[in-house]
Amino acid sequence: MYHAIVFLPLIGFLIAGLFGKQLGARNSELATTALVGVAAVLSWIAFFHVGFGEGTTHVTVANWMSVGALNVDWAFRIDTLTVVMLVVVNTVSTLVHVYSIGYMHEDTSRQRFFAYLSLFTFAMLMLVTADNLVQMFFGWEGVGLASYLLIGFWYDRPTANAAAIKAFVVNRVGDFGFSLGIFLVFALTQSVAFNTIFAAAPGLADKHFHAFGLNPNAMTLACLLLFMGAMGKSAQFLLHTWLPDAMEGPTPVSALIHAATMVTAGVFMVARLSPLFEQAPHAMTFVTVIGGTTAFFAATIGLVQNDIKKVIAYSTCSQLGYMFVAIGVGGYSLAVFHLFTHAFFKALLFLGAGSVIHAVHHEQDMRQMGGLARKIPLTFWMMVIGTLALTGFPFTAGYYSKDAIIEAAYASTRPGAVYAFLMVLIAAGLTSFYSWRLIFLTFMGAPRQKAGAPEGNDHNAHSESGHDQGGQDDHGHAEPHESPKVMLVPLYVLAVGALLAGLVFRHFFIGEGAPEFWKAALFYGEGNHILDAMEHVPALVSFLPTLFMAVGFLVALYVYILAPGTAESWAKANQPIYNFLINKWYFHELYDFVFVRPAFWLGRFFWKGGDGYIIDGFGPDGIAAAVVGTTNRVVKIQTGYVYHYAFAMMLGVAAFITWYLVGGLR
Amino acid sequence: MFGFGILTGLIVLPVLGSILLLLLPGDDEAVRRNARWTALFTTLVVFVLALVAWGRFDTANPAFQLIESRGWFGGGLQYKLGVDGISMPFVVLTAFLMPFCILASWESIQDRVKEYMIAFLILEALMIGVFCALDLVLFYLFFEGGLIPMFLIIGIWGGKRRIYASMKFFLYTLLGSLLMLLAIMKMYGFTGTTDITVLLRTDFPHSMQTWLWLAFFASFAVKMPMWPVHTWLPDAHVEAPTAGSVILAGILLKMGGYGFLRFSLPMFPLASHDFAPLVFALSVIAIIYTSLVALVQEDMKKLIAYSSVAHMGFVTMGLFTMTPQGIQGAMFLMISHGIVSAALFLCVGVIYDRMHTREIAAYGGLVHRMPRYAVAFLIFTMANIGLPGTSGFVGEFLTMLGAFQVNTWVALIATLGTILAAGYALYLYRRVIFGKLEKPALAGMLDLSAREVAILLPLVVLTIYYGVHPAPVINASMASVDQIARSVQVANTAATKTASTQP
Repeated sequence: MYHAIVFLPLIGFLIAGLFGKQLGARNSELATTALVGVAAVLSWIAFFHVGFGEGTTHVTVANWMSVGALNVDWAFRIDTLTVVMLVVVNTVSTLVHVYSIGYMHEDTSRQRFFAYLSLFTFAMLMLVTADNLVQMFFGWEGVGLASYLLIGFWYDRPTANAAAIKAFVVNRVGDFGFSLGIFLVFALTQSVAFNTIFAAAPGLADKHFHAFGLNPNAMTLACLLLFMGAMGKSAQFLLHTWLPDAMEGPTPVSALIHAATMVTAGVFMVARLSPLFEQAPHAMTFVTVIGGTTAFFAATIGLVQNDIKKVIAYSTCSQLGYMFVAIGVGGYSLAVFHLFTHAFFKALLFLGAGSVIHAVHHEQDMRQMGGLARKIPLTFWMMVIGTLALTGFPFTAGYYSKDAIIEAAYASTRPGAVYAFLMVLIAAGLTSFYSWRLIFLTFMGAPRQKAGAPEGNDHNAHSESGHDQGGQDDHGHAEPHESPKVMLVPLYVLAVGALLAGLVFRHFFIGEGAPEFWKAALFYGEGNHILDAMEHVPALVSFLPTLFMAVGFLVALYVYILAPGTAESWAKANQPIYNFLINKWYFHELYDFVFVRPAFWLGRFFWKGGDGYIIDGFGPDGIAAAVVGTTNRVVKIQTGYVYHYAFAMMLGVAAFITWYLVGGLR
Repeated sequence: MFGFGILTGLIVLPVLGSILLLLLPGDDEAVRRNARWTALFTTLVVFVLALVAWGRFDTANPAFQLIESRGWFGGGLQYKLGVDGISMPFVVLTAFLMPFCILASWESIQDRVKEYMIAFLILEALMIGVFCALDLVLFYLFFEGGLIPMFLIIGIWGGKRRIYASMKFFLYTLLGSLLMLLAIMKMYGFTGTTDITVLLRTDFPHSMQTWLWLAFFASFAVKMPMWPVHTWLPDAHVEAPTAGSVILAGILLKMGGYGFLRFSLPMFPLASHDFAPLVFALSVIAIIYTSLVALVQEDMKKLIAYSSVAHMGFVTMGLFTMTPQGIQGAMFLMISHGIVSAALFLCVGVIYDRMHTREIAAYGGLVHRMPRYAVAFLIFTMANIGLPGTSGFVGEFLTMLGAFQVNTWVALIATLGTILAAGYALYLYRRVIFGKLEKPALAGMLDLSAREVAILLPLVVLTIYYGVHPAPVINASMASVDQIARSVQVANTAATKTASTQP
């Protein structure tokens, strides 16, 4: 069964990728969607089998490489953590496949799109089923490749290409740490297989390792390096810059890869490696601080963005910060629970945003929207459900998972937890504000659409087909329209998840049923009682997140509905802060100045100065000039000289043989 | 057959083929066509024969196999051939790549086709000879002799600055090898033999090892090429015809690495240990420096050439870790790079044949006209970046894993190189393949022809196959690699012991 879950999407990728042209777009869509759909059904079966039974197992597929002590298998490690991820990945992937049939229906390269989606799904499944670090790295970079291809799906656009490269390279920076982490773990345990390294971890807690001129605690160093990979993939503070740019990809991609699944791989990784991280308290502090910072910082940027997808992207970044705070304070199941619920409501928000964008002819600027609630009521209500779940409205999914993280941060006694608590609490208020701002700007007030054809970001999906068929785009009229059923049904399914996932699964993920549900999939060190402590925080603290949510809502209501124009005057009054936020804390400019430009400058310097002037100047060119004189003469002499040198070469060889013979006869 | 074995057959067959070509009179179209088919047929037969040799080869045995030997020049010199796990994969790689070279030159070479094919067949014979030779002088003859046909290929069928490039190529490699020649004489003087199997069992005194190591290093470092003696490579690549670049990147660059593995490490283990820091330093400089240089290149072939230098940095780093993973990684990376860089140069050749320019800026938006080409180029780009699942990953990963156990700084800097690799490779891909197809000259570009598909498809398959299942290559070389790693360690522990007992 696990073979089928993992490899069906690969088969879908191969079918659509290799035979897409022969099959046609519709058949490719159906084939990939059906195969992922089957995998999703099997995943749910596996979920109940493992989570509520005794299905924990290990499947070896083949040997990958085996050199000296290093042995790497292709193998699946199936435990509760794996099946939770299988369910998330395959469910969202199936819904996104279905949704894309509608969303992409005017694109001319749908085969390619669906092939990429299935390739991504396969790589993600390899990542979450990995039984060793190297296979995880395979999936890790594989999803990076799929993400690169999908962000740059509309390859005519320079911005999309730039965003795709940026995503890949920034992720490589994280993977630089991940690789070094793997090397260190291997140096310590002579293995990369989870079973072996988890068994060895307790014995390594106080070991030190000479590395980089220092003698740090081995486990701390290993976990920090591995976490660097997680920071890249999950777009944490400092390595987050690629995620907002990744919105250049088609919106279903944003929902699948850049909200529900791939970006949560970092969280999954640290949860999977909990036996290592539990031995490295200092690394955990770092995780907590980075998580808290990201949660706050991304939320502040989200406050002022005007692109509907960018707001949700920063929101994702911020929510991932929450998950890392949960991990940092030792609440692995909290992090995975939030990962699980977040997948539903964030995918819902993204697909809903896609539906909006579809309705207004690929306009993404919220300043050009407004008053859409009456035009596209179904999408509107779905977006409201997503927003309620994200902001933690009582009894929705986010209420259970996000508020639990805030409580855990409060309850934790680990270093950094107080800072993280303040950050995530404030961020809860900010989240509520920007989420409702999105709803109000998009759906409420007076319509602000410009007449005529809008030049939006996603316009390619329309214009390409329009040109190719030489016909008039059937969306030439300006009236916003509701999306077709094939796009709305996935929204309904996700909405059910966003409303009920918390209520139904809380007991098993983080409640009394947790030990039985998780079994040995997550590791808690001695003295880690965060799940108990979380239950005993003062009533006021458990009420605070809801209070902050309400305040955020009311402020947004006042600013955008009751007293329109307030936002503009606030922005004017606080110009420096507004500029700082609208420019995303100037990270792009900073990195460009510190890394990108110097790299090109150095490259040019080494090329012209190093290779051209110093090495060649003193080396071959000097000699060559002495031998043959000016270049001019060389050109005139032409090929004749080649034979001269070949002849000289032959003479050399002959001379040597002669010498040898003399020597040999002696 | 006359007491000669299969390895001699591998060397003699291409020579026979070239003699046959020599007998073809005239230079009309029919002769040219016959020359192409003869060369293709010859190289295919050699490849099949190489596979037969691989079939007879026992991978579990670390010793030399398929040995054949006979006296030569009155017994002073001997003709001795044999292969072990280190050389066998290279022999197969050489024989494998040759038919692609012939096919890649099918239409692009129209001048002196006969001579061109002769040069390639002779080159093949010499290269296979390098990997099979078990006598030091024989090795030297093949090693240096290989320069001549390559020199001619660049000098006659090359681009505009072919004279400059072939001069540079020639000067560098010849100067390097002169020192090696002196070292060979010295070794002969010390042991009285040039039999490699005997020399491998000889314990050279430590001080002599130092000098011999340096002399061999001068030659191998240039061939590799290592920083700072790498500047001949970009020029040679740029001027060479496509097939010349394929052989240069695929096989000739590997001779340096092969030399380190065959001679420097097992014969001079103490000196190798002493000089490892030097090699590490040059390797990581090469990785960072040439990756940065690759980032700013405007010529496609130059970019790939610089990227080759960076990859060879991983190879030398891996070799001198002297760990099983490092050496095996270097070995695998050489084979993988032989496939991937050859494929990249073939890819450049495909569009060069259409547009007659290597200028990156002359392209853009090719995916619109050439979707199949875009897919192939993407796969090789990813392999060049070292994406897991392609053959490029396995080698790089193993060398870095090996390096980390010896020196964490070296591993750190090398790993930084993987970030830069993503930068330059994707930047190239974007400029050539993606974007709008705006340049009018590109509007008539045709996608891969059947011949081009036949060239690239096997390379695509191998790149991915060895990426997920590297065992065929690893197993072939494992026993020999383990033996080298062990013997180096034994020699060095013994030396340390003697040093510590003597006050």
